[in-house]
Amino acid sequence: MLRVEYAYWLIAAFLLYAGLRHLRERQGWRAAFWLLLGLLFASGDEVLAQQAAGNELPSQLAGGGVILLALLAPRLRRVPHAQDVGSKTRRQSALRLGHRLFVPALLIPLVTLLIALLGPHLSIMGYAVFAKPQLTLTGLALACVVALFAASRVTRAPMQDGFFEGRRLLDAIGWATVLPLLLAALGQVFTESGVGNAISGLTSAWLPTGSALACLLGFALGMVIFTVIMGNAFAAFPVMMAGIGLPLLIQQHHANPAILGSMGMLCGYCGTLMTPMAADFNLVPAALLELRSPYGVIRAQLGSALAILAANVMLMYLLVFR
Amino acid sequence: MNYWPLLGIAVIVIGFLLRFNPVPVVVCAALTSGLLAGIAPLTLLALLGKSFVSSRLLLLFVLTLPVIGLLERAGLREHAQRWIGQLRGLSLARLLMSYLLVRQVLAMFGLTGVAGAPQTVRPLLAPMSEAAAEKILPALTDADRDEVRAIAAATDNVGRFFGEDVFIALGGVLLIQAFYTQHGIELSPLAIALWALPTAVAAFVIQSVRVWLYQRQLQRRAGDVHAPRKG
Repeated sequence: MLRVEYAYWLIAAFLLYAGLRHLRERQGWRAAFWLLLGLLFASGDEVLAQQAAGNELPSQLAGGGVILLALLAPRLRRVPHAQDVGSKTRRQSALRLGHRLFVPALLIPLVTLLIALLGPHLSIMGYAVFAKPQLTLTGLALACVVALFAASRVTRAPMQDGFFEGRRLLDAIGWATVLPLLLAALGQVFTESGVGNAISGLTSAWLPTGSALACLLGFALGMVIFTVIMGNAFAAFPVMMAGIGLPLLIQQHHANPAILGSMGMLCGYCGTLMTPMAADFNLVPAALLELRSPYGVIRAQLGSALAILAANVMLMYLLVFR
Repeated sequence: MNYWPLLGIAVIVIGFLLRFNPVPVVVCAALTSGLLAGIAPLTLLALLGKSFVSSRLLLLFVLTLPVIGLLERAGLREHAQRWIGQLRGLSLARLLMSYLLVRQVLAMFGLTGVAGAPQTVRPLLAPMSEAAAEKILPALTDADRDEVRAIAAATDNVGRFFGEDVFIALGGVLLIQAFYTQHGIELSPLAIALWALPTAVAAFVIQSVRVWLYQRQLQRRAGDVHAPRKG
C-alpha cells in the first residue's frame, strides 16, 4: 500500500543527496544544512512513533536539530544560480523538442488528478493500492516520479542530471524551504502557550458588545490580524469563534452559524494572502520564481486581498443577521 | 490571564522589520512564547521537534524540482514563451483569467494539490505570462518581469484559497463543522460550504479586474513608447 510516508523518504533521499554533493564540493555549511534536514525527514516517522509510545527523547533530539537548522540558515547566502547550459543551447533544444517538453510538466498535475479521483477505488487482490490519508499528496509524489522518468526520456538526458538540476533549484530557494515547517511548529507552540486566548481576551475587552456591527467587524478584523500573525486561518478560527463569534455574534446577536463560520474563515484567507508568515504560499513561491524581493508575491496580491476582504465583510453583514 | 507569551509575536514583528533571517527569528519567537508560558525547556524542545516533523508534507514540492530542473535545462521555459508569443488571441489577461477559473474549479472539487507554485506556476504559467506581457511591451524591464511572475503566483493563490472552502470534505469546512459540533450546534458540511460561493465569485471578479487593469497599464506604456515613432 502506498502511503504518504514513502514520499517523505524520497524527500529525505533527495536532501541527503544534495548534502553529500555539497560535502564533496567542500561547502560545509550547505552540506550540514541539507544533511541535517534530510536526517530529520528520514527519522520523522520514528520520532512520531516513539512520541506516541510515550518516549520524548527522539522528539527532544529533533527539537535540538531544528534549533541547529535555525543557526545554520543565516550561513546559506542565496546564490543567483547560474545555468550551466547556455541560453543558446536551451533555445536550440526547445526548438528541437517542441511541445514534447510540455508532456512531463503536465504529467505532474494530470497524474495527481487521476490518482486523486481513481486512487480510492484501486485495489490489487483485495488490497487498496493507496492509503486514504493525504491521498492527493501521495499522488503528487508518485506523479513527480513518473514525470521524472518521462522527462528523462523526452530530453534523452540521464536521470542524475535531474537530481543535479534539482539540487541547484533547491539551493536557489535556500533556507526558505524550511520556513513553512518552522512556522507550523511556531503555530503549535503559540497554541500551547495560550497566545490565542490572550489575543481574544484583549479584543473582546475593547469591543462595544452591544452593537452587532461592531462585533462583526471585530470578529472579521480579528480573524485577519490573527491569521497574519499565525500565518494560518485554521489557527485563528477556533480562537476568534470562542472569543467573539459564538458568545457575542451567535448567542447575543443571533447570527446564522453556517454563514458566520464559512465567511469568517474566508476573512482569515484574506489575511493569509497578506502575510510573510504564510511562507509556503507567499515566500516560497517568490524564491521559486527567483523574484528579487521575497515580498514580491505579497505585494502583488495585497490589493486583491483587501478588495476581497471588503466584499466578504459586506456580504457577511448583509447575510448573517437575516 | 498570562499575557507574557504575546512577546513571541513582538519577536516576529521586530525580526521581520529589521530584516533578520526569518528562520532563526521564528525559532526565537517559539522559544520566547513557550518559555514565558512556563513550558519546561525539555518539553518545549520536544514540542518543537514533534511539530516540525509532523508537518513534513509542506516540503513535498521539493520532489518536483528534479523534473522541472531537467525540463528547464532542455528549454521548457523558452518553448513556453515562444509558443505563447505565436498565439495571437491569447492576451495576458485571458491567460491568467483562464488559469484562475481552472484553479478555482479544481479547488472546489478538493483538488488543491494538482496545481501550485512549484507544479504549474514556475514551469508553465510564469514563463507564459512573461511571454504574453512581452507581446504587449517588448522592452520589459527586470522589475516588470518580477511583477508579472508575482502576479502569476498571486493568481494561483487567489484561485486556490477562494475555491477550496466550497468543497465539502476539505480542511476548512470540516474544521468549522467540528468547532460547532464541539459547541452543540449541528450543521451539515454542505450548509457551510455553500456560503463560501458568493465570496468565491467576488474573488474571481476582483482578481480578473486587477489582472485586466495591469494589462491596460502595460498597453498604455507600450502606447507611450510607440507614439513618438508613429508621429
